[in-house]
Amino acid sequence: MAMTDQEILTGLGEIVDEVAGVPADQVTPDKSFVDDLDIDSLSMVEIAVAAQDKFGVEIPDDQLKNLKTVQDVVDYVRNAEVSA
Amino acid sequence: MRLAEGTAGARILAFGGYQPARVVTNDEIAQTVDTSDEWIRSRVGIAQRRIAAPEETVTDMAVAAGGKALAASGLSPAEIDLVIVATCTAEAPIPNTAASVATRLGIAAPGAFDLNAACAGFCYALAAASDSVRAGTSRHVLVIGAEKLSQWVDWTDRSTCIIFADGAGAAVVGPVTDDEPPGIGPVVWGSDGGMAGKIYIADRQSFIVQEGQAVFRWATTALHPVARQACERAGVDPADLAAFIPHQANLRIIEAIARKIGAPQARVATEIVDSGNTSSASIPLALSAMIERGEVSSGSPVLLLGFGAGVSYAAQVITVP
Repeated sequence: MAMTDQEILTGLGEIVDEVAGVPADQVTPDKSFVDDLDIDSLSMVEIAVAAQDKFGVEIPDDQLKNLKTVQDVVDYVRNAEVSA
Repeated sequence: MRLAEGTAGARILAFGGYQPARVVTNDEIAQTVDTSDEWIRSRVGIAQRRIAAPEETVTDMAVAAGGKALAASGLSPAEIDLVIVATCTAEAPIPNTAASVATRLGIAAPGAFDLNAACAGFCYALAAASDSVRAGTSRHVLVIGAEKLSQWVDWTDRSTCIIFADGAGAAVVGPVTDDEPPGIGPVVWGSDGGMAGKIYIADRQSFIVQEGQAVFRWATTALHPVARQACERAGVDPADLAAFIPHQANLRIIEAIARKIGAPQARVATEIVDSGNTSSASIPLALSAMIERGEVSSGSPVLLLGFGAGVSYAAQVITVP
């Protein structure tokens, strides 16, 4: 069953909180992981791994560098779910 | 055909470690490449590392660590009949490191071979030593992990020169007596050559190359099941582990794996902070330092987990000597 953007965003907020200690309410769509949330490349890998567990969507390393904002990840998860 | 008479189990009699004298701080590296103490500490958890002198060889470091372990074991050199050196930075294709090390330690005519499983090398060598003792092929084995990675690092490449370092660690392995429990558990090992391109040195003129994100993902997702399986095969509950000694690759990898193995009582080795990543030397170096500081007590179970280029990995539970 496909999730809504809000459900993905909520799940992503929990992941970012757990991986990087950034409070979930700061994980809003327009935020940049690197510039706004101070998340580095290794934490992005941890977020991708946690996202796979939570959403069942694999985010390979070569896709990670294109996911710059929170909305980018929400879009990626939603589109991957649709095509899956 | 007759077979050698084996023993019920093997154990580690003693550890020994050697680190080169020269300390290289993050600030020193930041003078030559674009990086900073804060960046290095946050990405890999290293504050400083030890780098060998130009004339100091892998063999020299292996001899220093091996000599310490041998002395601590109380055995005479004549009682060692097999020497295994785990290294991926041997001085030359031939001769191997192990035979030279043995001769310099006064060990006469032992079996002697080098083993390359990169950063997993010590756990592989320990398993080979344990099996050799159990099968009755050897009586006492000197196992050494020794590396001089500094000469395979491009000191202008900030993604690798901050990580790798030099050193050696050693263990003496021997049989248990009849009523003693075994001190080295079954090894769980494996490899995936499909990931060979993620960490490599292309040839003898090249430097080490690593795809950091890919290695990080693999290490933080594939290895905790291996570690847990090693506990299961040894019949040791992870909750009862006194310490967890993973290869000192990156503090964030160490912490991520440690969180996933379910060993709340275990002291987690973090020697990487002051020693850097010394590949096959990191596990025996870390454990010998922890024993010296009294952080793990004799007779307690600890879990070893080696992993690295290949990719290859190995884990086993051992009893602290």
